[in-house]
Amino acid sequence: MSCWQTVQDYAFRSIGFGENLLPRSDFTLCQQVTLIGSGLIWNVYSGALALAFGFFFAIAVALAKSSRKAALRKPAEWFVFVFRGSPLFIQFFLAYETLQLLPKAGVEVFGITLETAWTTRAWAGALFVLFLNTSAYAAEIFHGALKSIPKGDLEAAEAYGLTGWQKFRRIQWPTMLRLAWPAYTNEAIFLFHATTLVFFSGFPAFRQMGDALYYANYFADKTFNPFVPYPIVAAYFIALTLILTFGFGLVNRYLNRHLPSNQKSRIRLRPQLIR
Amino acid sequence: MFAACADPKAIEGLTWLTCYLTSGKHIDFYWSFLTVLTLLAITAPTALAMGFAGATAARSRFLPLSLLGKGYAAIVRGVPDIVFFLFFVIALDQGIEYLKSLAVCDDHSWPWQGLEFRVCQEAKVPLGASSAIWHQAYGFSLAVFTFAIVFGAFAANVLYGAMGAVPKAQLETAEAYGMSQSQVFRRILVPQMWVYALPGLSNLWMILIKATPLLFLLGVKDIVYWARELGGSKTQAYEYPHPDWRLWYFLGLLVFYLCFTKVSEVVLARLSARLSRGQATAGGEALRKAAA
Repeated sequence: MSCWQTVQDYAFRSIGFGENLLPRSDFTLCQQVTLIGSGLIWNVYSGALALAFGFFFAIAVALAKSSRKAALRKPAEWFVFVFRGSPLFIQFFLAYETLQLLPKAGVEVFGITLETAWTTRAWAGALFVLFLNTSAYAAEIFHGALKSIPKGDLEAAEAYGLTGWQKFRRIQWPTMLRLAWPAYTNEAIFLFHATTLVFFSGFPAFRQMGDALYYANYFADKTFNPFVPYPIVAAYFIALTLILTFGFGLVNRYLNRHLPSNQKSRIRLRPQLIR
Repeated sequence: MFAACADPKAIEGLTWLTCYLTSGKHIDFYWSFLTVLTLLAITAPTALAMGFAGATAARSRFLPLSLLGKGYAAIVRGVPDIVFFLFFVIALDQGIEYLKSLAVCDDHSWPWQGLEFRVCQEAKVPLGASSAIWHQAYGFSLAVFTFAIVFGAFAANVLYGAMGAVPKAQLETAEAYGMSQSQVFRRILVPQMWVYALPGLSNLWMILIKATPLLFLLGVKDIVYWARELGGSKTQAYEYPHPDWRLWYFLGLLVFYLCFTKVSEVVLARLSARLSRGQATAGGEALRKAAA
């Protein structure tokens, strides 16, 4: 079987297209690269969506956390503490068990039956957990950035008569984003790394449609040789990390465009790893 | 454990719960918390030592050594850690068995043949005949070593940064006093770098705490394993039948981790204040002002 044939069969295996049976014997390098790459679709899917939704929720939480009203501040503080203080692994397990307790037949709301079975699937349940998790981590970053906006900027804004929403939109928002961006880049990278936990933490892979690490683990189990599949995953993720760093770097340049070159903030990778 | 627990089917209410929570399996569950703490107690100093070695190597003037140190610190940054955990455990296991097979086996053929990893029976670690406790201990020590390698790389990163953050003038002054390179390193650099390293190391400690559930993936019978085992629904065939309670067990684990991180935060804040004393940093300055 040629490599091109393998790519046709397995390139979209992880989302259910192409050949149904996974390779069982005579594993070729081509098969491993293709299937693991196909699994990467799930990593990108859950990472990108969680990041996109989480961005806005995180800013809302960060604002609530810096609010003077305790009714807003306390829930935000607890939300951040719970999701940052416990392992993501446990959060996945807990979410899966909770979602399984929903009635199998569906919930009746105003005479309409809501299906619940889909919530225990990885694409929905795990995405939801990742969304909450990244929101908590990013909220802490944005909260820190909000607190480190120079006092002079805010005083100047008030002197110009800017208050409330206008002050936020014109002064606080752009400065907060600019200050938070390098840390947020790291958060994004490690969120993508965290997506590899999904299929090892309760959420079953439906019809063997899993992520990159799921397939790598499949090959390592079948061939008893970890020296091929895991470095392939590693290479894919290094590539993903580089692309992310590049993309976020462009945004960072845009956010810093008005500053003299010695004051521009630069993105540096910092270990922040496991959740 | 208690006399009242002799017949679990006959009792109910609070007595049932007490008996249930003190059953043999639950005692094993409680012990597994100790496994997690042991892992932390061994891994943290080992990782710190490996990180220190890595950072020192990275600062070396001898190029290959410096490249080795920098490469070690850089390698874990672009790749999900769980990949390393899954990879290192098998790789270490096979590496050890391969080396042992070179020593004890007659047949020196390459062990990675087709779909199998093949070494002779005598080269298995631990030997197939040895008792279960050895298999568990071996699995646990592989896990500890893997954690130490991965977290050592992070620590190397942090310590390398901290060594660079010690003011140059301090080191130059020491040299002007006639101290040798190793004396400068021992007497000036190392004592001063901790205050710069502490934020990074605290962060790392938090990460390490939160990484402990990964032990489960490495096949160690840790708290996640027992929570799944005990929480799953038990039919009438069991002594203590109950429906699916995994949710409650995982809630328990969540609370355990939250308490643990909270306590760590408090302790690390104290430590940070202690290390800042007398240092030429903003933290030290704040302490001086508060005292005056």
